[in-house]
Amino acid sequence: MVADAELLDEESFQKNELHVEPAGDICLSVRNLNVWYSDFLALNDVSINIPAREITALIGPSGCGKSTFLRSINRMNDLIPSARTSGEIWLDGENVADPNTDVVRLRKNVGMVFQRPNPFPKSIFDNVAYGPRIHGVNDRRELAMIVEKSLKRAAIWDEVKDDLHKSAFDLSGGQQQRLCIARALAVEPKVLLMDEPASALDPISTLKIEELMHELKNEITIVIVTHNMQQAARVSGYTGFFLMGELIEFGRSTDIFTTPRDKRTEDYVTGRFG
Amino acid sequence: MDIRHSFDEELQQMKQDILKMGSVVEEMLAGAVKALRERDKNLADEIIAKDDIVDEYNLNIEQTCLRLLALQQPMARDLRTIAAALYIIKDVERMGDYALDIAKAAKKLADFDPITQLVRIPKIAEIVQKMLRDSLRAYVDHSVEVISEIAQEDDQVDTLYRQVRDGMIALIMDNPQVATQAVELILVARYLERIADHITNIGERIAYMETGQLRELH
Repeated sequence: MVADAELLDEESFQKNELHVEPAGDICLSVRNLNVWYSDFLALNDVSINIPAREITALIGPSGCGKSTFLRSINRMNDLIPSARTSGEIWLDGENVADPNTDVVRLRKNVGMVFQRPNPFPKSIFDNVAYGPRIHGVNDRRELAMIVEKSLKRAAIWDEVKDDLHKSAFDLSGGQQQRLCIARALAVEPKVLLMDEPASALDPISTLKIEELMHELKNEITIVIVTHNMQQAARVSGYTGFFLMGELIEFGRSTDIFTTPRDKRTEDYVTGRFG
Repeated sequence: MDIRHSFDEELQQMKQDILKMGSVVEEMLAGAVKALRERDKNLADEIIAKDDIVDEYNLNIEQTCLRLLALQQPMARDLRTIAAALYIIKDVERMGDYALDIAKAAKKLADFDPITQLVRIPKIAEIVQKMLRDSLRAYVDHSVEVISEIAQEDDQVDTLYRQVRDGMIALIMDNPQVATQAVELILVARYLERIADHITNIGERIAYMETGQLRELH
């Protein structure tokens, strides 16, 4: 999962002393990423190395660009007609920001979970089997195995194993969100993007999602956008702080939340921003 | 707009309480050494009674810190300030105990004839009181400048302590009859020297609070 360093334009990657280099393997290498919505520059020259098999949290006030950044990774911004992107996002030796990238294949490798659970109006089984079917798995037994494995990985199997053919809408909000995680995991992504995955959930469901993330991080790379600073501190190994489209500081979460180096990061994490 | 106004007020209040706690210990220290020098048992008793005030501050400030940690979920500088407070009150509380020990020694020594004129012990006490005042003021003001001064004063205290100890050993060797008083005075000097060590701990905590780096001062 290491980005191909030789392909990277390292000279244009300005070393920023507020951006710490992750200790282990790198999963995603982003270089000089800019995103415009019409004339508005939503992301301004963001460069970052996102560690593999770790949880990276992105924090910052509303409109800071953190969700735009997240959506750039699996090209969700393509769905916004006014959005325009420049720069590079390297995943497995491929610049996924390149217009020629196969977006369907990209989204198999980079799954996404949204703020509000969005199960399809289908059974629990069919929700999880949806992705594998699209990618050509039709064998019933194989599908059943994938569904069971994915639901187990999403820590919801025990709650739904006897009701797999019930509608996904019969589940609680927290269960629906874990089902959506299972659906994302069913195609074995390398990266899981989570955009405020617990902000619509009660505290217990939130903790279940966080615990699940903790277990998943041994296998996949997770990037989470959250407004909940305590959540970012609890779940992530690394944190990036965005402000007005810029990545101000990136480092180990322990450092960001105890001894941030930039005054703006300090003001934001201590709640004195405004 | 100050969006954490009530939290900031509580932090300020907590810092003021630490200053008050420190000033009680400073009074105890000054009073205990005065009681020793003037052989004043009543004053020593007054000092001993003040230890309860210090203990109460210790408990109240600790509870405030825990409440702020639980309810305000402080981060970064706020977190370091509260973490430092939890350490500092333990150091100040311990200094109060040492001042109490000195007051007890003063009561005990008042029953004996004086064996020497006290010069160095009041000098150590004077330095230590200044160190305490400066260190707590530095905590409240988030100032790291006085920390190196505190380290130097701690060295001065160590030297004076050794001089007291050696002087007392010489007195005992001259006249073993004075051993009880001399040993008591070595202990008093030792208590003061320990207080200075606790103050350097406070200096280390202030340095951590301000820089995020933990380093030993002594």
